[in-house]
Amino acid sequence: MTTSTLRAAQRTPRRIAFSQKLGRWDIRFSPYLYISPFFLLFSVVGLFPLLYTGWVSLHAWDLIGGQGGFVGGDNFVWVLQQQKFWIALRNTFSIFLLSSVPQIVVAIVIAAVLDTNLRGKTFWRMGVLLPYVVMPVAVSLIFSNMYGDKYGLVNTLLAHLGIPGIPWHSNPLASQFAIASMVNFRWTGYNALILLAGMQAIPRDYYEAATIDGAGALRRFFSITIPQLRPTLIFVIITATIGGLQIFDEPRLFDQYGTGGANSQWLTLTIYLYNLGWGQLNFGRAAAVAWLLFLVIVLIGLINLAITRRIASNEGRDS
Amino acid sequence: MKLSRRTTAVAAIAGAAAFALIATGCSSGGTPAADSNKPITLTLATFNNFGYDDALLAEYHKLHPNITVVQNKAATSDAAQTNLFTKLAAGSGLGDIEAVDGDWMPKVRKYANKFVDLASSDNKDRYSSWKTAGGIADGKQIGLGTDIGPEAICYRSDLFAKAGLPTEPDAVAKLLTGDWNTYYSVGKTFAEAKTGAAWFDSAGATFQGLANQYKNFYEKNDGTVIAATNPDVKAAFESVLKASSTESSHLTQWSDNWTAGMANGAYATMLCPAWMLGVIQGDTPKLTDWKIANVFPNGGGNWGGSYLLVPTQGKHTAEAKALADWITAPAQQIKAFKVAGTFPSQVAAYTDPTLTGAKNTFFNDAEIGKIYIDRANAVKVTPFKGATYGSIMTAVQNGLTRVETGTQSVDDSWNQVVTDIKALG
Repeated sequence: MTTSTLRAAQRTPRRIAFSQKLGRWDIRFSPYLYISPFFLLFSVVGLFPLLYTGWVSLHAWDLIGGQGGFVGGDNFVWVLQQQKFWIALRNTFSIFLLSSVPQIVVAIVIAAVLDTNLRGKTFWRMGVLLPYVVMPVAVSLIFSNMYGDKYGLVNTLLAHLGIPGIPWHSNPLASQFAIASMVNFRWTGYNALILLAGMQAIPRDYYEAATIDGAGALRRFFSITIPQLRPTLIFVIITATIGGLQIFDEPRLFDQYGTGGANSQWLTLTIYLYNLGWGQLNFGRAAAVAWLLFLVIVLIGLINLAITRRIASNEGRDS
Repeated sequence: MKLSRRTTAVAAIAGAAAFALIATGCSSGGTPAADSNKPITLTLATFNNFGYDDALLAEYHKLHPNITVVQNKAATSDAAQTNLFTKLAAGSGLGDIEAVDGDWMPKVRKYANKFVDLASSDNKDRYSSWKTAGGIADGKQIGLGTDIGPEAICYRSDLFAKAGLPTEPDAVAKLLTGDWNTYYSVGKTFAEAKTGAAWFDSAGATFQGLANQYKNFYEKNDGTVIAATNPDVKAAFESVLKASSTESSHLTQWSDNWTAGMANGAYATMLCPAWMLGVIQGDTPKLTDWKIANVFPNGGGNWGGSYLLVPTQGKHTAEAKALADWITAPAQQIKAFKVAGTFPSQVAAYTDPTLTGAKNTFFNDAEIGKIYIDRANAVKVTPFKGATYGSIMTAVQNGLTRVETGTQSVDDSWNQVVTDIKALG
């Protein structure tokens, strides 16, 4: 014991060798260096464009002519005064809800079915991913043809059933439903696979125990699968939110003009932004819309975060 | 320890490389001017179908063995427009020659400094004056005209027969001679015959024909927007919609339904610029009843037609200029007409026997050469189209569509058009 204390005492005042110092620095700083490529890349391709867009939004800015005079918040004020901006915001949320909610519900059900003992598991799992592989442009073309007002497939079928055709391109809700169906077609399978991966990670013992206790399939699904799936669900919900708020391809290709409908029935924020930037070549205003959209997404992100925290703490209590 | 130190270095290098990559990406090396005898490739960016087929491009290669011409075709005029503005803003990536539609040419004229002056003694008096004027900006000839779109009326003779109207082109031309009211009143007779078809396709398309007959419809010559206050615009808006309530098939032009409607006989007549012949034949290849009447409400009208421009960002602007000059010359315009029906804008081409004798079998042997030369000569007014023309047209067309689809009343829709036009400022 004395020897060891002595040694320790001897060691403390010893000058730290440079190599040792390097070693310490290594432990301290290299983790940051390892992840630095991401942050460097992010600052170049993420943060810089974001700030630059902010800079553009404060100027009168022509797409080709470039920077004009400093106008301060004028672009923002102008955009916020436009009725179209608010319609676009409403439509964006409406399409988002019409797509994300059924999408995730259906995805969970599909995942649960795929999680059971099916024959040809891989075949079915590949099958649900198939729509995701189809080009969004192709999906939009097929669907916009299906939803033709007069000669479309859906309305022709309805006519056979004696139901009057639905004005897909003039009724706001109908058009948004049609667009949401395209989104759902593409993304449901993708989400189902992610949720399936989450389900596979749930220990099978839970189900066995529950079965022995006499729990039916439905009870097992709601009392085991769903609670255990929370972290995966959070991920899926957050990605679906961001994707849903930035929706562009489907509404743009919903008619031949791509400007969001004669009465802005399916004008989303990204299309509004596009029209200002490339239609009117006014980049200042387009940048202002981009920033407002960014703020909306951040807001939704914060709400998501709050919910996530609650669920996370629940999880701690549960286990 | 050794290992982790190495990885530290790797990480640092990776980070630095990321920056270096971006840094080098920004620096663009200046390229020396091309030697005219060196083999070069010129890209010709067009859209839809300009009638520049491989034979024509090969012919140029024969004349200039060192030059190979490659054509990039965009599917639609809109796609070409987006591409042009994006790459103009980026400062690189455009073709050596870019085709620009007459309707968005005004928007391009604002950036005259980005294009080469194409004026030369050779092409000085080639065109009708209004076509030349459309390509001039800041005193420079930035665009050389390709085709024009003189308008006639295309009609379905079978539907005309069903309604008890004359079916032969001459008789139909006589019947429709007059102003727009004549056109609408014949339409009323047609509608009352209850053939199941509408008289015309859409209010939007009809309005387009009307709008192209005014000198200053949306804007004054100095670019001041008058669309919201010009009584002509409001009157045209209301009169077209009044006729449309009983005479239109309410199918928005260029929509899938419009195309399907054409094949299904949803409407009997269409305003028919020369380039529309190709569209009709392409969409209804099985029909044999289409005919062309050598007439247009209110005289003559021009709809569409394009220009070729040479962006200054190209590497071989001198060679590109020579190619643009050659390909828009009368002889080549006639070749393009034969391929795609794009009607020549060169005055000299109008006496060429190939054009004057041109017939179209699909349209029941219509003498399209003669008809469209007449229609071109009937064009008297050159509409002024400024930088906001396209956006105003979109606002008005949306207004017409809103009424046709039953979304809004005529008055509400017009009020929104006014609001939309004001928002462009």
